[in-house]
Amino acid sequence: MRKVLAIQKKQWKETLKNKEALIQFVMFPVMALIMTRSVKIPDVSGNFFVTLFAAMYVGMAPLTSTASIIAEEKEKNTLRILRMSNVTALQYLVSIGGYIMLMCLMGTAVFVVIGGYGGGDLVLFILVMTAGIMVSILIGAVIGLVCNSQMSTAAAVIPVMLMFSFLPMIATFNDQVKKIADYVYSQQVSNILSGIGNTKPERGSFIIIGINFGLAAILFATVYRRNK
Amino acid sequence: MNREMIGLNNVSKAFADMAVLKDISFRINDGEIFGLLGPSGAGKTSVIKIISGQIKSDSGSVHILGNVIDNVSSRIYEKFGVVLDQPGLYDRLSCYDNLLIFAEIYGIDKLEIGSVLERVGLSEARKRPVEKISKGMKQRLVLARAIMHRPQILLLDEPTGALDPGTAHQIHELILEQKANGMAVLLTTHNMVEASKLCDRIVLLHEGSVIEAGSPDDICRKYDHQHRIRILLKNGEQRELINEPAAAPVLYDYLSQGKIESIHSSEPNLETVFMELTGRKLEE
Repeated sequence: MRKVLAIQKKQWKETLKNKEALIQFVMFPVMALIMTRSVKIPDVSGNFFVTLFAAMYVGMAPLTSTASIIAEEKEKNTLRILRMSNVTALQYLVSIGGYIMLMCLMGTAVFVVIGGYGGGDLVLFILVMTAGIMVSILIGAVIGLVCNSQMSTAAAVIPVMLMFSFLPMIATFNDQVKKIADYVYSQQVSNILSGIGNTKPERGSFIIIGINFGLAAILFATVYRRNK
Repeated sequence: MNREMIGLNNVSKAFADMAVLKDISFRINDGEIFGLLGPSGAGKTSVIKIISGQIKSDSGSVHILGNVIDNVSSRIYEKFGVVLDQPGLYDRLSCYDNLLIFAEIYGIDKLEIGSVLERVGLSEARKRPVEKISKGMKQRLVLARAIMHRPQILLLDEPTGALDPGTAHQIHELILEQKANGMAVLLTTHNMVEASKLCDRIVLLHEGSVIEAGSPDDICRKYDHQHRIRILLKNGEQRELINEPAAAPVLYDYLSQGKIESIHSSEPNLETVFMELTGRKLEE
């Protein structure tokens, strides 16, 4: 636990001094705030931009930041030094995953405030966001573990991130895409978030998120065993 | 009595079909600086990786602090201090914060950070981000990180590579200080001056094999085939005498007449020994 906390503390300090990393966590909540306050579309829910950007946030921030942190530590040899100080691979990944979860939950809190959620809606919003963030962290960790440099990580993470974060938006314009997107966790996160306050979430959405989580966890475990 | 800190017995390692270490054996005791000397690709870093548990040897056995490496808990690596060829520092964080992470990982008192920064001469720079300090200061910080938790074994992989002579000298002083504190130091280098200056014993590595072992002085004496004395006289003339009793009267004459400017034996250095054994230069 001591080692996990030491690495998380380090990561907090690093983020505060790294504007590029910070912007990933702040961008979508800020955009949601600006758009919700400044744009009113007739016949569209007042929380349209909150749910839209929250779903995009789930597919982008945790995924890219997990991958880029691991890639940077590998490239700069700091991960090797940590490992040689008897920090296990699991301790390191739990530290980084925990830190990113916390950062993303702070972003989630901003979405909650903008959306004015309360009671059961608030619980559902946080629950769904947490589940989506966890899947993204696992996918980001897989990319970070597989890639050897920051450059190769960026090349791998951008298409994956674009797919997961923009799929829900593209699916609203194209039925064919929607058929595929329905099997993806970010689409189901978007579906549940959009329905908050209006419709009861479908059980199938939770099952698909669960299956996505399971697949990401298996993939992560496989890659972790090969790279630890 | 000296205590064995590291022991390698007939260790071999290959990557794919390429053998990087062939039947390597040596021991390192406490309070000793042991050098692995060889050119790039000789297998020095592979030895460090095997000792530090990053890779496993294909055959042979490795003992750390009296235990076979395969049976030790990973906690034993907390008794290691490591300086690698890449510094592995967090560039955005200050010198102090870089050490704080490891102080917390090792569970040591934060007061140690100030003390170790002072020992390596970085007290003034404690708040400066690592990205804004010089290469020499970074290397001193890396050494501070390696010794802060008072390890029993110090692994130094090319610790002064690409540093200016002044900074390299400072690093050498710090390494000698650790030896005086009883630490076992394993130093890899391709710098024969550094090896001669610091190491009690060395092995010369070439293409994964030990080609010579012993103290730097003993090795140089062993390959002193010429047994000659070179004399530079005050009038600028150079004389070369065979190092045997017959040369004594000539040498006595020069000395009694005060003619000698300088006098040198012709024993080789580690570089020439390596050249003689392999036909290659150490710094290739």
